[in-house]
Amino acid sequence: MKLLEVKKVSKSFDQKEILKDINFTLNGGKIVGLLGKNGAGKTTLIKLINDLLTPTSGEILVNGNKVGVETKKVISYLPERTYLNKQMKVSEVLEFFQDFYEDFDIEKAKQLLKDLDLDLNEHLSKMSKGMQEKVQLVLVMSRKADLYVLDEPLGGVDPATRDYILDTILSNFNENASVIISTHLISDIERILDEVIFIDKGKIILQSDADKLRNKENASIDEIFRRMFKC
Amino acid sequence: MELTFDNNIPIYIQLLEYMKIYLISGVFQCGEKLPSVREFATTFKVNPNTMQKALAELESMNLIYTERTNGKFVTKDKKVIEKLKDEYAITLAKSYFQGMKRIGLGKADSIKYLEGIKE
Repeated sequence: MKLLEVKKVSKSFDQKEILKDINFTLNGGKIVGLLGKNGAGKTTLIKLINDLLTPTSGEILVNGNKVGVETKKVISYLPERTYLNKQMKVSEVLEFFQDFYEDFDIEKAKQLLKDLDLDLNEHLSKMSKGMQEKVQLVLVMSRKADLYVLDEPLGGVDPATRDYILDTILSNFNENASVIISTHLISDIERILDEVIFIDKGKIILQSDADKLRNKENASIDEIFRRMFKC
Repeated sequence: MELTFDNNIPIYIQLLEYMKIYLISGVFQCGEKLPSVREFATTFKVNPNTMQKALAELESMNLIYTERTNGKFVTKDKKVIEKLKDEYAITLAKSYFQGMKRIGLGKADSIKYLEGIKE
């Protein structure tokens, strides 16, 4: 059974078609880069996978189930913007997650926070944007999910922390789980990708094994992306 | 063992090169058990699937072998490693001479330069 199947999915807002006939499948054990320019439809696709939006047509299956309550249990989602209550302390957020998700490993979260020098007693409102993003990422990666969907996980963090985040993603990901990472910071993440999906104007224009693509084009994924989307 | 990668070249090919050097230089000895794919991937900070691909390639070159349920081992055949070392050395030597040729120096002169270098 496929971990994720996106079948003929289209999404329109009012008259505007944001995603057009998106088709792809994903097996377990892969790290996939969802790459596209701003406004290409990456976040819309991710929200559909997380059942936060409903497709205008087509369907999305996770482990063979239509997206819904059951699939939310096995998908760990890092949204573009945090939804956490800023008045909470980090330790309270951990408890919140533990109550919410059966697969949340609080000890692991504490370890990761310690590695990142984040204080359990600090209020989120007192932390910088980058630090808040790190907390959110720690929460998401501390779940033992089948599918991790990370929407721009590197956007607000410094390069040193980016490396730590990538290593965290690598060391946490197991044979059965897959990770989808949407980003435009391609050169930072391309070394950990198995597959890339290029999305432009709501359509998938390329899906390939990352190393095969490098071999074929004799260039980095970043370079290929820049060539393809040159303004 | 922190490795650096060039994003322009397939990662598994670069891993393969690093692994060959480890085998030639004896970081991993003949007959020695290798770390698991996962352990390798964690140390080298690469995707486990990419590591797997590089190891499969080494295996197809008979440089390593898999013992069912036991993991992967470096070949017991010293000759295979010696041959690899020989090939590698020749490649390095050739690229040296090519570089010297580009600046107008022949083989004899190039060797003189080599001899002049103190280690």
